[in-house]
Amino acid sequence: MTAPVVELRDVTRSFPGPPEVQALKAANLRIDRGEYVSIVGPSGSGKSTMLNILGLLDRPTVGEYLLAGESTGDLPDDERAAVRAQFIGFVFQSFHLMERRSVLENVLMPMTYSGVPRGERTARALEALERVGLGHRRGFFPGTLSGGERQRVAIARAVVSGPSLLLADEPTGSLDQRTSGEVMDLFEELNAAGLTLAIITHDQSVAERAARSLRISDGRLSEAA
Amino acid sequence: MGLRSMFRRSSKRGSASAAALLAPVARSDRFSASDLVSEATSDIGARPGRLVMTILGTVLGIGALVATWGFAQTASGQISSQFARASSTQVSITPETTSIGQEGASGAIGKIPWDAPERLERLAGVERAALISDIALDENAEITSVPLNDPSAASTAVPPVRAASAGLVEAVDGEMKTGRMFDEGHDSRGDRVAVLGARAADRLSISRVDNQPSVFIDGKAYAVIGILEQTQARAELQDGILIPAGAARTDFAVDRPAEAIARIAIGAGPQIAEQAPLALASDEPDSLQVRAPQARSELGAAVEGDVNLLFVIVGAVSLLAGGLGIANVTLLSVSERTGEIGLRRALGATRRQIAAQFTVESIVIGVLGGLIGAALGVLAVVGVSAVQQWTAVIDPLVAVAGVVVGALVGWVSGWYPARRASRIEPISALRSAG
Repeated sequence: MTAPVVELRDVTRSFPGPPEVQALKAANLRIDRGEYVSIVGPSGSGKSTMLNILGLLDRPTVGEYLLAGESTGDLPDDERAAVRAQFIGFVFQSFHLMERRSVLENVLMPMTYSGVPRGERTARALEALERVGLGHRRGFFPGTLSGGERQRVAIARAVVSGPSLLLADEPTGSLDQRTSGEVMDLFEELNAAGLTLAIITHDQSVAERAARSLRISDGRLSEAA
Repeated sequence: MGLRSMFRRSSKRGSASAAALLAPVARSDRFSASDLVSEATSDIGARPGRLVMTILGTVLGIGALVATWGFAQTASGQISSQFARASSTQVSITPETTSIGQEGASGAIGKIPWDAPERLERLAGVERAALISDIALDENAEITSVPLNDPSAASTAVPPVRAASAGLVEAVDGEMKTGRMFDEGHDSRGDRVAVLGARAADRLSISRVDNQPSVFIDGKAYAVIGILEQTQARAELQDGILIPAGAARTDFAVDRPAEAIARIAIGAGPQIAEQAPLALASDEPDSLQVRAPQARSELGAAVEGDVNLLFVIVGAVSLLAGGLGIANVTLLSVSERTGEIGLRRALGATRRQIAAQFTVESIVIGVLGGLIGAALGVLAVVGVSAVQQWTAVIDPLVAVAGVVVGALVGWVSGWYPARRASRIEPISALRSAG
């Protein structure tokens, strides 16, 4: 039996008040290996709390988060950082590329934290750039790239350490319709190659491209379809 | 419950679930010190203008401190060679005085023996020693070169008369203009002979001794046998008249010498200061007061002290400003790079790695400031010395210390910004920026 990549058991996250706010209410979620899930909801619905919990950037107040079948609740801070480095890739709305470093250097950076053997790093970074179709841009600086290209660099950076889970937070929020389409196509390719994907968005058309769509509203998580 | 206690038992090297989740990473592939340094330094030169402003305070502070040290070292050599002849070869021994009665009048409590020059000259380091005492003349005593009683002449202050022993001129490193100094023979016989200071001779209109002039001191005739040209120490001898102690004892009732003086070898001061009272008053060495040059001249030390204090204050203030500058700019850079910090945290950097990155960054800035400052400080010392034709003296360790202090300033200044950086929450940072 293979454990699901992500399993949330009655996860509640509340922020002490007054008034106390429950940003996530008794959420149950199971994401299996190779799934492509979108989580959609308006702003203020608890999406970012969801992302924090899934990305090991925050801890549930109540409930348990199992990652690849292992409980994460008792991990100290430094180990959560190590688990993030090896298990989870992040893609953000505003790319967060380092402007003063080349495309290749940006993709190399996460490997200093995730412990990929030094000898393999450059080869893996180049391979990741080829995968997102930007091998020819390796020496460029992010400022000279288009929005879509930048997001593809960010995706290469997210997958270079070989994560089990890719978390994308509004990945198309800063892109126009055409480049959004390119990025979504890339996600589908990565998913087809076996990567587990969770995309958090408020955009219904983006959410619909995922095989499975979840809705979050007022802290409550529910299957949309 | 069982699970929890299992976690607790799994000592320092990580919990059980982490062990299950995490692939082992070879030591050489972990985030190493060199990774830290390269991550911390790769963005330092990103804004050269800001970097210059950031390190300016540290440069000035370290520069001032290094220059101070160098100038102090250079100056101490310089000052002691400049003042060597005047101040580092003269020793003066006087009886300790104490106040007697209620009027504040003071009296000597020690006594210098008449054979003090011989005793002193037996000490190693003493080249020549002599005695000298001021002679108190009567209030209306006159000193003239001719025994002329002229009631209409305006009364003038008489030149001071001093009783001296034969070695005085050599002891004060003086020269005779003409004639000779009296010797031990004159002294022991009580001969009435006198040696005039150059200015005293002018006043008495005596310019030569081969015609055997005389001066009348309070009516007693003294044969002038020599005129003093100049002395390296004791310029006041130029204005006075010297007579042998033997004559002074009979004519003016000088009962004890007031002061013994000696010319010593350079550097012998501290040792003479200790030995002279024992040689002159072995029963009561505390009753004599010795003024001897320090190993390094007192004057030099005083000048040096003033200069040093000033520069150290300037240096410390600039360093403080430099440190605040680094702290400020690092803080600014932390808030500008919130997104980057959040990203690094999301990618797996620990809080400690983030704090270390900013600490190293500000240490590197401090070291840069220290290097430039130390170089400028050394250049300043060498440059000024070249212009003033001094010998530049500077300990290379001072420059090294300057760099180390720069690093310390950077480290201290980076502490708070690094702490702030390590507390940034990744997701809020990642969402707000951009």
